[in-house]
Amino acid sequence: MATVFGDFSRRLAKNKMAMVGLVVVVALFVVALSARYVSPYPPDDIDTSQILMPPDLAHWLGTDVLGRDVFSRLLHGAGVSLSVGFVAVGISTMIGVVLGAMSGYYGGAVDRIIMRFVDVMLCFPSFFLILAVIAFVGPSIWNIMAVIGVTSWMGVCRLVRAEFLSIRERDFVLAARSQGAGDLRIIFIHILPNSMAPVLVAATLGVAAAVLVESGLSFLGLGVQPPDPSWGNMLTEGKDNIEIAWWLSVFPGMAILITVLGYNLLGEGIRDTLDPRLRQR
Amino acid sequence: MGLYILKRLLLMIPVLIGITVISFTVMKMAPGDPISLVTDLNPNMNEETIARLRAHYGLDEPWYVQYFKWLRNMLMLDFGRSFASDNRPVIDKILERIPITLSINLISLALILAIAIPIGVMSAVKQGSVFDKSTTVFVFLGVSIPSFWLALLLMILFGIQLEWLPISGIRSLDYAELSTAGKILDMAKHLILPVFVSAFAGLAGMSRYMRSNMLEVIRQDYVTTARAKGLDERTVIFRHALRNALLPVITILGLSVPGLIGGGVIFETIFAIPGMGQLFYQSVMMRDYPTIMGVLVIGAALTLLGNLLADLGYSLADPRIRVSE
Repeated sequence: MATVFGDFSRRLAKNKMAMVGLVVVVALFVVALSARYVSPYPPDDIDTSQILMPPDLAHWLGTDVLGRDVFSRLLHGAGVSLSVGFVAVGISTMIGVVLGAMSGYYGGAVDRIIMRFVDVMLCFPSFFLILAVIAFVGPSIWNIMAVIGVTSWMGVCRLVRAEFLSIRERDFVLAARSQGAGDLRIIFIHILPNSMAPVLVAATLGVAAAVLVESGLSFLGLGVQPPDPSWGNMLTEGKDNIEIAWWLSVFPGMAILITVLGYNLLGEGIRDTLDPRLRQR
Repeated sequence: MGLYILKRLLLMIPVLIGITVISFTVMKMAPGDPISLVTDLNPNMNEETIARLRAHYGLDEPWYVQYFKWLRNMLMLDFGRSFASDNRPVIDKILERIPITLSINLISLALILAIAIPIGVMSAVKQGSVFDKSTTVFVFLGVSIPSFWLALLLMILFGIQLEWLPISGIRSLDYAELSTAGKILDMAKHLILPVFVSAFAGLAGMSRYMRSNMLEVIRQDYVTTARAKGLDERTVIFRHALRNALLPVITILGLSVPGLIGGGVIFETIFAIPGMGQLFYQSVMMRDYPTIMGVLVIGAALTLLGNLLADLGYSLADPRIRVSE
């Protein structure tokens, strides 16, 4: 296992795409964790003498309608976006892995029911479903984490199912079973670790997607609620002041773009590294 | 073929039922019920009135009775009346908005295909070239850019700085006084930005998909055969390879329907386009439950229809599908 992992990391290190992505991802973590120490102003520091100031030396990225420092709010927003992304992906991965494993391992009626369920879930335009649930349960950071999680597990479920279908016929599974291993042991100890590679890729790309959805929801006023800074709700202010303050629209969007791009590059990079067939292309 | 269509139609039934079950579950997730929305704000409400209201809307019955009643109404396309001040039947409100959303989506789909297919083919044929590398960069930007941010940037640039294009609505204030040609031109000007924004992300995804299809196909034996018998490269690529690389695109078109319909929420809201997405957003903001449920169910049903059309299209284009099933 160690050598396989060592080999993987060596190949990953040679993949330019993955490395750029990794640098962005790590940098974002540093920003999110250190925001409260390095940001020049508190994120909700209202200064009525500094309303809608364009970028200058005191406020690098300008100030908003309440005179708050845009740069400081951007730094604090990083933590919000990343936590939504990670928790949502954690939830969706867990659901997807469990249902996918059951579907692929047991087959038969279990498989048919779960796969029909996946079909049904895929019929809903995901943004519609998310918004409908938010309309009923109310917007809050916890709700959007949960809602994004429970509406985005279908891809992982199908991936895990496919992996299980091929792995369950392999000799080492038969060996484990003949030694008396139960279903749960075979699923979690023997098959699952061998099918984690595509899940890792899907989860990385999933963070990118979740960050996009969160920013969209917050932009519409149905995600992270002000005064908590999120890149999405900062853009709402950008839209409201679009004719007089371009900096309110440009910088938060750039932060989202860089984050999403980072995770997409890392995910695709890992995929290339894991799949030798794709690597030749 | 008739049998195949029948089979596909029958398979739709369980999925349709599933759609209604999930929608109903979503509706039941609300803390309290729709009545509490009205009663909480009204000081004149007493226990008795509330109980009568609940009985009137059938909310005192067990959930499965409520579900079947709701399902029966749904089958007759009766989604109830909107909670909004106009109090109109939900189905009317949805029907008048579907054409706008559908036409914007169809235009952007056409645009996506017209641009993405040549890009994908070119970058696959010239794999590793400067063109291929720059499309890869474009693809990554395209799938990572938040569409509403792109919309804001374009509004700042073309609407506010250059003043070339209007940034809101689908027609100008003086629309009624324009000539026919003027009307068309006016609508077109209003639609340029929304269509561009709605096509952008799909464009990136589709080019990438087309590229990998094409790379897959040009490795196949029949392409080698075509080359070996001395056909020129153009014929090999466009007659032998492209046709086969296009097949899976039909499925992807079907799969992209929910994204297009759902994505409408954001750009229709930003550009103030009176489509389904904007209606949905407004009803979510107003807690207009009947409209929310109506749009949710119809959106899912439209997706199902899109998938069905894609499946049928695929089986028309590729006889192997019909035989194997």
